[in-house]
This record gives sequence, structure tokens and C-alpha cells, in this order.
Amino acid sequence: MEALLSLAVKAIFVENLALSFFLGMCTFIAVSKKISTAIGLGISVMVVQSITVPANNLILTYLLAPGALSWAGFADVDLTFLGLISYIGVIAALVQILEMVLDKYFPPLYNALGVFLPLITVNCAILGGSLFMVERSYDFAESVTYGISSGFGWALAITAMAGVREKLKYSDIPDGLQGLGITFITAGLMAMAFMSFSGVKL
Amino acid sequence: MAHKRREMLIDPLVDNNPITLQVLGICSALAVTSSLQVAFVMAIAVTLVTAFSSMFISMIRSQIPGSIRIIVQMVIIASLVILVDQVLKAFAYEISKTLSVFVGLIITNCIVMGRAEAFAMKNGPIDSFIDGVGNGLGYGLILMLVGVIRELFGSGSLFGVTILETVNNGGWYVPNGLLLLPPSAFFIIGLLIWAFRTWKPGQVEEREYKIQTVEAH
Repeated sequence: MEALLSLAVKAIFVENLALSFFLGMCTFIAVSKKISTAIGLGISVMVVQSITVPANNLILTYLLAPGALSWAGFADVDLTFLGLISYIGVIAALVQILEMVLDKYFPPLYNALGVFLPLITVNCAILGGSLFMVERSYDFAESVTYGISSGFGWALAITAMAGVREKLKYSDIPDGLQGLGITFITAGLMAMAFMSFSGVKL
Repeated sequence: MAHKRREMLIDPLVDNNPITLQVLGICSALAVTSSLQVAFVMAIAVTLVTAFSSMFISMIRSQIPGSIRIIVQMVIIASLVILVDQVLKAFAYEISKTLSVFVGLIITNCIVMGRAEAFAMKNGPIDSFIDGVGNGLGYGLILMLVGVIRELFGSGSLFGVTILETVNNGGWYVPNGLLLLPPSAFFIIGLLIWAFRTWKPGQVEEREYKIQTVEAH
């Protein structure tokens, strides 16, 4: 349990997907102009992340890993090279299913999150989460924790960023730095702030 | 025609750069720029994937049903990325270890998807290929610039060859450790964008709020 807790803290603060691995940057920069949209996107990422990472973990353990197909009689088959294409397939399919389920059973939630869901398929943070799960060989419990907490970390980062940018638009910025330039520098300062968590261990 | 194609190749380098102007593809890029060699390999990989995926998608563009085109594009891009990943693992294992998950993340690199969706779905295979190469190079250019700054001033070397002798090795240069850490990449890109936009004022974004000018009395 303590190991999981420390993994969660690490995934939220120290190894924040957005600010220390630059994942999901395109959406991070593009959709962080208003706090309300940023929170919507952040929550959608968190939901999708906490479903896809464990799902991909199951796919890896029971279908792709060397010897995983022994239940079907193929004990010496190693399908790990198909990893990338299966993970992105799972992500695209899950996002689609989630969209349909939300549309049918939770219309208010669908109206709030609907616009962001298609964006999420191509959000690097989602695929990145699954790939980190593979690279660090998390087991199922760890991948559930990692999925939820890394999604939460991303949501936290984009919400904070939107907060800063809402104030920033009133300030007098040199012409060339206007917009994109100052956003990058702000993100850099935030990344430095998040780095100060790096000593934290539970 | 030849002139137009040359334009297509050169235009994305500065005038229409995917990173500094269109905010595409910064996702997986910045983490790999702390050494120039890795940045170089990444730039080549992305250029190849963008060029070939644009070409293949353009070839079958009239056969793809509109409703599932994203998935079809994804499958093509993912297959190419798997190819790149396997080649890197076979011939450049060390580099593929450093790149770790970022090779896989080329799949979700917005440049690849963006060009497929915006250009390859509407143009012929050869044009799409050239457009892909151009955008890949525009991305590579920024990657290399950031890589040069970070490696030269962060560890005093380029491509692993020592240029500035560091203090630890008995030289004179005190390396700036911050440049090897993630935040520096943001600063460098921000400043690069500033430089690009000072050079080409047409790229400057509109202000949302005008600062009121006070007349001097």
C-alpha cells in the first residue's frame, strides 16, 4: 500500500507527465486559455488515463508478452513488437466507447466533456502513460494507481497553467513574445516549481 | 511545378514552421533534446514517418471512408513507427534506450497526424511526400537548434565531442546544469519563438487586450 502511495505522489508531482516529460503539450498549450475548459479537459484526460493504462496492462500481460499466449497453445510466441499499434487501437476504441456510453447514460457529463474526447485519442499523455507502464513493467495494481495519479497530475498542471494565463493576458508583453512565446516560458517556470518536489519521498 | 515543390519543402522551415507557428509536435520532442545525437536521430525518425505516412495516406485517400479515417491514419502511422522502432532497436540500441518511450510517441505527434489530415487527404502522393519531408525538416531544425544550445552549454560538447573543456576535466568551462533539465527546453523554445517573430514580424499574435497608451504631459 505504501509503495502504491509513493508511486502516486511521484506520478502526480515529481514525474508530472506535462511538465517533466512534455507529454500532451499540444493540447496543454492550445486548450489552457480558460480555467473552465482546462478543468473539463483535465478531468477527461484523468478518466481516460485511468481506464486505458490498466486496460493496456491486461492486453500486455495476457496477449502480447513473451509466453503470454500459452493459454492458447502458443507458448513461445512473442508479440511485443505489436505493442504500439495495439495500445493506440485500445485507446482509440476506449475513447469511442466512453463517448457513446456518456452520450447515452450521462448526457450532462457528455455535453461538458464531449468536445474534448476526440482530442484525447491523439494526446501524447495518454499513450505516454501506457508506454511508461510497459517500460517500467508495472503490475495491475500499480498500473491502476499510475493511470489515475498521472492523469490527475496532468489535470493539475493544465488547470494551474490556465489560471496563470487568464491573468497573463492583461500584462504588457513584448510583441514577439506575445501568445506562444510567453506561454512556453511560463510553462518552463512551472516546470521548475514542480521540480522542487523531487526530494519528496514517502 | 518544380518551383512550387521547392516552396513546399522550404516554407515549413521558417515561414510556416510546425513548432513555432502551428504549435504542433512539441509533445514528444523536447525531452529528447538534451543531447544532439539523440535529437538528430529523433528528427530523422519523425521526418521519415511524416513523409511516408503522408504518401501512403494520400495514395489511398479516395478509398478511406470519412467516418473511420482517423483510425485508418493511425494504423498506417503506427505501423511505420513500429518499423522505425524495430530498426533503431536493431542498429542503434543505445540511442533507442535513451529515446525510450519517445519513439512510440511519434504516433501521437501532432505533426504527423496534422499533415495527414490537413494535406495528404487533399493532395497527390508525391506532393504529400514532399510536404511531409518539409514539415519533418522544420521540426528537425528546431530540435537541432535546441539540442545544440542544450548540449553545448549544458555539458560542453557537441555530438559527444568535447568543445568547451569543462572544469571537471581540468578545463575552464563551468557547465550550466540547468540546461540539461526539462525546464530549460521550455525557455529555449520560448526565446527561439521570440527570435523568429522578431525576424518575421508577420507571425506576431494579436493582443487580446490593448494596453492603453498614456500621453506624456
